[in-house]
Amino acid sequence: MISFIVKRVISGLGLLVVISTLAYLLVFSSSANIALNILGQDATDDQILAKQKELGLDLPLLERYWNWATHAVKGDFGSSWFNSETVVSALLHRLPITLTIVAFAMTFAAILAVLLGTLAAIKGGWIDKTVQVMAIAGFAIPGFLLAIILVTFLAIKVKLLPATGWVNFTEDPANWAKSLVLPVVSLVLATVASAAQQIRSAIKSVMERDFVKTLTSRGIPRREIIFKHILRAATPAGLTVLSLQFVGMLGGSVIIEKIFALPGMGELAVNATTQGDTPVVMGVVVYTVIIVIIVNLVVDLLNGWINPKVRIS
Amino acid sequence: MSNSANVTNKPSLIKKLIKNRVGASVLVYLGVVVLLSIFAGLVTKIDPNQADIMNVLANPGGKHFLGTDSAGRDVFARLLFGSRTTIIAAALVSITAILVGVPAGLVAGYYGGKFDLVASWIANMFMSLPVLIVLLAARATLGPSIFYSMTIFGLLIAPAFFRLTRTAVMSVRNELYLDAARVSGLSDIRIISRHILTVVRAPIIIQTAMVSGVAISLQSGLEFLGLGDADSVSWGVMLNEGFRNIFVNPLLILWPALAISFTIGAFALLGNALRDALEDLNKPTLGSSDEEEVKNLYATSLPAKPTSQHLLEVQQIAIGYPNGASGIKHVVNDVSFHVDQGEVLGIVGESGSGKTQTAFSILGLLPSNAQITGGAIYLNGEELVTSVNGETNRADMSALRGKKIAYIPQEPMSNLDPNFKIGYQLVRPMVKVLGITKDEATKKALSLLEIVGINNPQRVFDSYPHQVSGGMAQRVLIAGAVSCDPELLIADEPTTALDVTVQAEVLDLLRDLQNKFGMGMILVTHNFGVVADLCDRVLVMQNGNMIESGPVRQILGSPREDSTKTLLSSMLEGKTPMTFLTKTGA
Repeated sequence: MISFIVKRVISGLGLLVVISTLAYLLVFSSSANIALNILGQDATDDQILAKQKELGLDLPLLERYWNWATHAVKGDFGSSWFNSETVVSALLHRLPITLTIVAFAMTFAAILAVLLGTLAAIKGGWIDKTVQVMAIAGFAIPGFLLAIILVTFLAIKVKLLPATGWVNFTEDPANWAKSLVLPVVSLVLATVASAAQQIRSAIKSVMERDFVKTLTSRGIPRREIIFKHILRAATPAGLTVLSLQFVGMLGGSVIIEKIFALPGMGELAVNATTQGDTPVVMGVVVYTVIIVIIVNLVVDLLNGWINPKVRIS
Repeated sequence: MSNSANVTNKPSLIKKLIKNRVGASVLVYLGVVVLLSIFAGLVTKIDPNQADIMNVLANPGGKHFLGTDSAGRDVFARLLFGSRTTIIAAALVSITAILVGVPAGLVAGYYGGKFDLVASWIANMFMSLPVLIVLLAARATLGPSIFYSMTIFGLLIAPAFFRLTRTAVMSVRNELYLDAARVSGLSDIRIISRHILTVVRAPIIIQTAMVSGVAISLQSGLEFLGLGDADSVSWGVMLNEGFRNIFVNPLLILWPALAISFTIGAFALLGNALRDALEDLNKPTLGSSDEEEVKNLYATSLPAKPTSQHLLEVQQIAIGYPNGASGIKHVVNDVSFHVDQGEVLGIVGESGSGKTQTAFSILGLLPSNAQITGGAIYLNGEELVTSVNGETNRADMSALRGKKIAYIPQEPMSNLDPNFKIGYQLVRPMVKVLGITKDEATKKALSLLEIVGINNPQRVFDSYPHQVSGGMAQRVLIAGAVSCDPELLIADEPTTALDVTVQAEVLDLLRDLQNKFGMGMILVTHNFGVVADLCDRVLVMQNGNMIESGPVRQILGSPREDSTKTLLSSMLEGKTPMTFLTKTGA
């Protein structure tokens, strides 16, 4: 088990290095465009050259990458090219907002999806049919469309909840909660549908496995077979479904943040990319990748711990 | 399933899909969308980009069927032409993702090793990339064309197919006794196509529907945010335009929103219908299903209650599966037999003959969609199952399972729960069924393991299933079957999955145990050698019908029925060349 953990951690770190390298090379591959973006379309060639020199874009790509990487390891991602704010401070202001929304949404979505998927799989009948219909309806309406509908009815027409904006928890907890509701609901509704259906399929496929039949033939009550054996065997598949949904949610939050005008990491990313604020883009990429790698690592370790083949080897 | 049929002319998937009402309507809807997108120019003469400043935000009606937008462009024409973008986006993403993800997942899951390591790494990397940022970067260098952004998104979402395929393949790899399949000389390609592709096919199809939906959603989302090609005609651009005018004319957002939702929903429903059709196709059917007339008749009367007391009495049992709208397809017809105490009955037949279904009907372990359509089963004169006029009554089997009737399965490895120690899986049923304490059950389990010929019972008791060999696992399953002193033991091909050297030992063990405990036993097998070795009487089945039954010597020595002779000549060892079975009675 220990060697399994060590392997996974090393593999995660390696992944981080490879992705950030590729991202850096991708984002910095056209340094002429970067200077042009900053100075505007009317800039002269001299101005562009001067700007490139100022930003260090005249150095060879690999040398620039080395400089960036050696600083990044120490937690220094440089500063924004458009304002003096350091990348780390920009991220640390934005990240909590995104993580708060995603964490709440993921928690609710996971609970609902596991409950609905399990009930649908083991009860069948009308519960199963209802879950199926809900899954299709929830799937057919994309998260951002749902967000638009929610904004239109609950915020603009009824004025029940704020349409846009963010309130800090420390300033006003009540309004903080209110500003969370619509974005979280949008993300949850967009996620629960497919997650519940996939968890249902995972449990269903375990129910058809041979050992379930044999346990039944031995006289073990159905309830015990479901809760002890079937759910346990379906857990790895379920966790994988949820981890995929989490990554999807990180992406989905970009559009949701834009609709609800939330100053989260998604909004930062969209603005920085369209502006060409490369240090910020790189910071966002690295932070997102770290989050995803941690989540995948946790799921991997949980699955390894559940599986006796991995646990006792 | 061990009784999966040897079907030659399967009805095609498409036929099944069209028979399904939802599947048919969804196909029609998607077909209409595709046709409208291709022939949009024929349906409306209005140019979707033609702005009419004098006629902005017009209400529906007149020349403009659905009104005009804030630039005076015709909404209906834009809706029609916009579907092109949507169809292309869904197709590009799905095709790219499947072509990359599925083959990689198959190879990685099946062979493991270095390829798996590298491919999983790349998959993890793709999954870790923030999709939107990659697409924005691509947009900056490659332009706002959906061809690039959707192909890239297809690559980024390919890991969804890769992981799905890989996980499914790996679980099958661990589950099935694939080593046995390899020992028996099946090539890798054959194993992948026969055993593994059938398992991953359904998840891939569902995933494709999902991914098509996600692609449409993402593509319209990008355009809604104003990140797509603003000059193109598409539902996402219409949404963007509508959202800006939501207070003036909410209808502008309604039409593209409906079009998007209906189309994504259609893909989801299509996936569901396809899955149902696939599940339908995989149901056990008779080898001759296509030619055999579909019977929809339930038994109208119950066979007379037995007067003489047999341990087990099966009377005119019939088992069928729902077969679409047309009724019930029978896999077992009018089969009767009995087993006495201390007697071994062999049920023989080729695969698909209904022998396993018959055995499962006694255990109450038939799949949930199976129906017993006629006949009755009695255990010690007590009713287990009776069925008249489509009304089937089953006794509460949970009181009998393990205690009165026990079961030895075919595949040793897949019949032990990999997550629990062997000891637990032996002790728990004894505690539940016999009502003894855990300590007593442990003692009994250890002595049983010794009885079934395991040299180090304590070690096996403390092991997980993956730590013991297939032969050892089968001994564990036999120990489990006899642990609660059953009166009737049903063994379903108990030696088929084992190495030849182990087979003889397990047969000896079964004979010893049967003598020792004086149980009645039903041995389901396709092997006449096993029958000759162990059984007192034998029942020969073919195509769900009982062909012949009687004492072993009589049936093997002088079979009356031609089909029994054919079975014998094709199954007995040492007889070359093997001949194919010929159909009888047709």
